[in-house]
Amino acid sequence: MRVMAQMGMVMNLDKCIGCHTCSVTCKQAWTNRSGVEYVWFNNVETRPGQGYPRGYEDQEKWKGGWKLDRKGRLRLKGGSRLHKLSTIFSNPRLPGIEDYYEPWTYDYDVLINAPAGDDFPVARPKSLITDKDMKVTWSANWDDDLGGAPEHGHKDPIVKKLGDKVKFEFEQAFMFYLPRICEHCLNPSCVASCPSGAIYKREEDGIVLVDQDSCRGWRMCVSGCPYKKIYFNHKTGKAEKCTMCYPRLEAGQPTVCSETCVGRLRYLGLFLYDADRVAEAATVEDEHQLMAAQKSLLLDPRDPEVLAAARRDGIPEDWLEAAGNSPVYDLACKYNVALPLHPEYRTMPMVWYIPPLSPVVDALTETGHDGEDIGNLFGAIDAMRIPIEYLAELFTAGDVEPVNDVLQKLAAMRAHMRTKNLGEPADPEIAAAAGMTIDDLEAMYHLLAIAKYEDRYVIPTAHSEVANALLEEMPGCSVDFDSTNSDNPVGENQPVPVTIESFNLTKQRLEAQDYKDLDYKQ
Amino acid sequence: MNSLNNFLFIVFPYICLTSFVVGHIWRYKYDKFGWTTRSSQWYESRLLRWSSPMFHFGLLGVLAGHFVGLVIPESWTEAVGISESQYHVASAVLGSIAGVVMVIGLIGLIYRRRSTPSVFRATTRTDKLMYVVLGTVIVLGLVTTFYWQILGGGYDYRLTVAEWFRSIFYLNPQVQDIVVAPVLFKVHALSAFLLIGIWPYTRLVHVLSAPVGYLWRPYIVYRSRDDQPQAGNRDPRPGWEKPGLSGTRR
Ligand code: HEM
Ligand code: SF4
Ligand code: SF4
Repeated sequence: MRVMAQMGMVMNLDKCIGCHTCSVTCKQAWTNRSGVEYVWFNNVETRPGQGYPRGYEDQEKWKGGWKLDRKGRLRLKGGSRLHKLSTIFSNPRLPGIEDYYEPWTYDYDVLINAPAGDDFPVARPKSLITDKDMKVTWSANWDDDLGGAPEHGHKDPIVKKLGDKVKFEFEQAFMFYLPRICEHCLNPSCVASCPSGAIYKREEDGIVLVDQDSCRGWRMCVSGCPYKKIYFNHKTGKAEKCTMCYPRLEAGQPTVCSETCVGRLRYLGLFLYDADRVAEAATVEDEHQLMAAQKSLLLDPRDPEVLAAARRDGIPEDWLEAAGNSPVYDLACKYNVALPLHPEYRTMPMVWYIPPLSPVVDALTETGHDGEDIGNLFGAIDAMRIPIEYLAELFTAGDVEPVNDVLQKLAAMRAHMRTKNLGEPADPEIAAAAGMTIDDLEAMYHLLAIAKYEDRYVIPTAHSEVANALLEEMPGCSVDFDSTNSDNPVGENQPVPVTIESFNLTKQRLEAQDYKDLDYKQ
Repeated sequence: MNSLNNFLFIVFPYICLTSFVVGHIWRYKYDKFGWTTRSSQWYESRLLRWSSPMFHFGLLGVLAGHFVGLVIPESWTEAVGISESQYHVASAVLGSIAGVVMVIGLIGLIYRRRSTPSVFRATTRTDKLMYVVLGTVIVLGLVTTFYWQILGGGYDYRLTVAEWFRSIFYLNPQVQDIVVAPVLFKVHALSAFLLIGIWPYTRLVHVLSAPVGYLWRPYIVYRSRDDQPQAGNRDPRPGWEKPGLSGTRR
């Protein structure tokens, strides 16, 4: 067993209102440059829908991720190393501008400078690629809220797979939003596809990054990632991807998408996992067993044996503490409500999703039923095969059982909290129906519904802890920088005051080569 | 005439070779970020799908031919029992096939650059210069081959041009070997040295990082946040801190 730490994320899809705030703030922070106009490290797609880039889930077309060969060995779906090199001069599986969209701006100048006349001046769309006038026909979320679904909905690879069962007529349609970032996979096929070895997984936190100085623009990673979360910067000729905002994480702050999420539906925390068994888990033959295999890699951060092994493997104490408080571990492994996206790609993705109960609740309330009654909810979960099969194609390689289990837990939580809010006596049957206890149900409710900033984001920060310790040592510093300070209503981290003393301390901290060089008591 | 020959066939090749070596080192040190194929496939792949592989595979064949023709002395091939006439036929046939494939690819690439607005807009001035020089080298090479090796009876350049070429690398340049060669061979060789000279300042740098190491490295690459700069990691510039804070955890 070799214990490694992995920064993970969980998104609670029931709470996503599809506002795209996460996408926009991420873009402002990271991809508001030329060359990546079309790039959304975070995108939010309406499902059913084609997603971004269009139809990226069709791996028979794009050949992303891994597969098992005839002898059951793990191989890149895109082909052997030799095959990759032989197709390097023109990559046959590279999505192009037509699969993403042609980025554009508007000729706003006309609005201001047009001479006075009878006609209203019009700001025409101009391509950011060719500068020419263009017709806008697609974008990263053109099919938002099922827009155009009767016409285009069947192009969704999952809808194709499920056949005619998914209906887009107004009365029968269901939908939900799926925000996506890079999965920072345990078994990343982008890394494996890079001919230069420029993409790497950070040993400390598992974040997958592209070394911009070693990338040579062979653009094989773009094809290799089944989630299409590596993008080609067409100006610099280098690959770029979501960095999980590592500069922010290192400073103890959540990613921009999490910080700004309107629904407060994102959770960040550590997983401890057994790095020695990743390949074994990714090689499990039965696709329905892949999620269980993936979960079996995740180690219980409260188990003394795991902790001892983690210490042996050099994971520092504060990281172990953070792992013990990890909301993502609890959601994925304790309450078992978070599911990985497309485990069948065998990349062992580390951004997890709590599937939405809302299609079920919506259907109930629209037909005049009580959407908080446990009997109704369970009945509807049983009856609503199609949305659940759809969710299963997304999260469990088509296995409806685990999705059913999660939805039943969410339904039980809903029903139980209703009785509680109405002051009715708690009915242990409700929790039991979903295989849980009342305590667990309430703890889960706490985490899903009302958790505070520091419960949603448990991010260990070696550095700021050093800095805080230094500040605490500062003579005459009256401000308390306890990072566990919980009565911060907005949820912002508190600003660090800049003083002459903190300047010298910062300098000392910057120049120090190791903890030991810093003169504060450990 | 003598001093012109000396300049063209001694000084100029050395200037170009120096530029090639020093230029690459300089670029690697100061512009790793610019060291890329600058692939344009994202804009357009219909034409690239055939033109780029044709160009590259043809070119690799032609380069292999040049290696055999220029670097391996005629006496060696004769020693293993390949006569000059056999060699001539083989090289003319194989070379012409590879050359034609390459030129069709090149025409496709240049047509694509010019005719696709997005690709044309992404074409830099150095790209244009590179294509002019590369095109010149290739056209001259092809004309030489057709004129001398196919239409003519065959010119044994391995006794003249190749001797001169190797003598450059022995640091004992033999001008007299090349001056007797036909003029087409001379201008082809000179244009090739010009291409070598401008090489490191163009997108051709991608050739030096041809990723053969991919065949052997492990699939999944791990790196530590604290790693000292290693292959591909730029040394911190003097006066700059490494990104992140020092004294990070081990
Ligand atoms: C064997 C090593 C080589 C590899 C792996 C390689 C790979 C590549 C790749 C991936 C591209 C980008 C194609 C695209 O997506 O737009 C490219 C472009 C190019 N390569 Fe190479 N190449 C190699 C050798 C060479 C050599 C020896 C030359 C010429 C002397 C050359 C000349 C070019 C040119 C001119 C382009 C630009 C094509 C265009 O977009 O107009 N390459 N190469
Ligand atoms: S999701 Fe991220 S880590 Fe996983 S293969 Fe794609 S780019 Fe790599
Ligand atoms: S900001 Fe939150 S609620 Fe809004 S789209 Fe993004 S994930 Fe959904």
